[in-house]
Amino acid sequence: MAFINYVIHLAILIGIYSIVTFSLNLAVGFTGLLNLGHVGFFGIGAYVSALLAVQGVSLWISIPLGALAAMVMGIILAMPTTRLKGDYLALATLGFTFILGSVARNWTDVTRGALGIPGIPKIVKGNTEFLFVVVVLAVVSYLAMWYISRSRFGLTCEAIRDDELAAKMLGKNTFAHKALMLGFSALFAGFAGGLFAHYITFIDPSIFGINDLILMFSMLIVGGLASVKGSAIGTIVLFLIPEPLRFIGFPSSVLGPMREMIFALILLLILIYRPKGLFGKVDFS
Amino acid sequence: MIRVKNLAKHFGGVYAVKDCSFDIKPGKITSVIGPNGAGKTTMFNLVCNIISADDGSVYFKKENITRLPTHKIARVGISRTFQQARLFKNLTVKENLTISRPCSEKEIRDVLEKVAFKLPIDTKGSALSYGQMRLLEIARALLHPHELLMLDEPTAGVNPSVRQELKKILKQLNKEGKTIMFIEHDMDFVMSISDEVIVMAEGRVLMRGTPKQVQKDKRVLEAYLGK
Repeated sequence: MAFINYVIHLAILIGIYSIVTFSLNLAVGFTGLLNLGHVGFFGIGAYVSALLAVQGVSLWISIPLGALAAMVMGIILAMPTTRLKGDYLALATLGFTFILGSVARNWTDVTRGALGIPGIPKIVKGNTEFLFVVVVLAVVSYLAMWYISRSRFGLTCEAIRDDELAAKMLGKNTFAHKALMLGFSALFAGFAGGLFAHYITFIDPSIFGINDLILMFSMLIVGGLASVKGSAIGTIVLFLIPEPLRFIGFPSSVLGPMREMIFALILLLILIYRPKGLFGKVDFS
Repeated sequence: MIRVKNLAKHFGGVYAVKDCSFDIKPGKITSVIGPNGAGKTTMFNLVCNIISADDGSVYFKKENITRLPTHKIARVGISRTFQQARLFKNLTVKENLTISRPCSEKEIRDVLEKVAFKLPIDTKGSALSYGQMRLLEIARALLHPHELLMLDEPTAGVNPSVRQELKKILKQLNKEGKTIMFIEHDMDFVMSISDEVIVMAEGRVLMRGTPKQVQKDKRVLEAYLGK
């Protein structure tokens, strides 16, 4: 029974993080925006939904509001940053993540700082039921993001990724496209953040941590840029490969670093042998 | 159709374009020639506001477009290609074309036929040879709704047979009433299809005239060969 619960727990996390990976792919893979602020959108969705829910707001309202808050923040972030390219954009968006972490730690009246927010209500009581909810929501999110990526808007974002100047010369408002796509990316990350908060039932500022950001990018790189299938497979691979370590009996002080070493090894192997990731359409160069 | 007045751009202390003025008549093929560093591509980039002008103005059908963002300049009816073919390399041929505007399969096949592009439409941009990239870039520029077509060195890096194809294509487009302006170094190409030639040197318009007038002008020879 304990093993089944463990499998269900893993499946729930895979469901939630597969939404995060695809949403990150919208910005990075489909639009070419090296956005290191994605974990920030995940955290915004988690915090906004958790704070509203502990005040008694229905989860059917709090989770969408958390996602919308993340989307608004995504569009606001896009305004000064999407004119930047490559490393500069990455640095600016990473700064955004650090700022959000700092706000969560220091705005104690609202976020309770490092104490975090406990007692966040669950969407449904049992984990089996929660898994069902997550699977349905992940499928719906995937369909929505797939539709966005295959739409004319999505195709234009891909063109911008490949050559922004050529896209401008075809009359495309590249700034508006990038801002809106970053908004959609943040919307789904915030939505996944809300699901995460209502599953774990506790969040603290570590949700804005760099470790989660590295995990998200690892899943994206392993699965491949601009690939729907890759987003899901990358998440599954990165979640499952380190799991057998749990059964070897390493102490937790070793387990954490070993997981990170395995992530690093997988990334190295992928970058050497499959530079496009498992199913990627676009080279990282 | 387009009027350029006293356009200027400097980089540091060097003027790339200075006091550059000309106009382009509708329905004509106008070529822009000049030695390397004459400011031809810079002038194209100023017209499209890819780089902003320090001084001067650009009018398109009497509308001042000097400070319009590049995408709005494209929307008023200017379509252009670049010195180095700029394709969306991860997109297919078909997707490269439909980015210009929503169009039917027939329109895609027609425009590809027009530019003598013969590969399947699901070929990825990155799989094309340079000559094919050039043709696809021109096809994409043709599909984009426009009244003025600006081509930056359309024959650069393409083999002689593609060059001949391009000559036919431009002549045909001109017969259909298109206004075309292009930068070119291949003098045979320029002289055989241009209605008018603008010669640039040191960022300025040195002279303009018919191909015959340009061929006979001493200043043009001096600009290319030195005094």
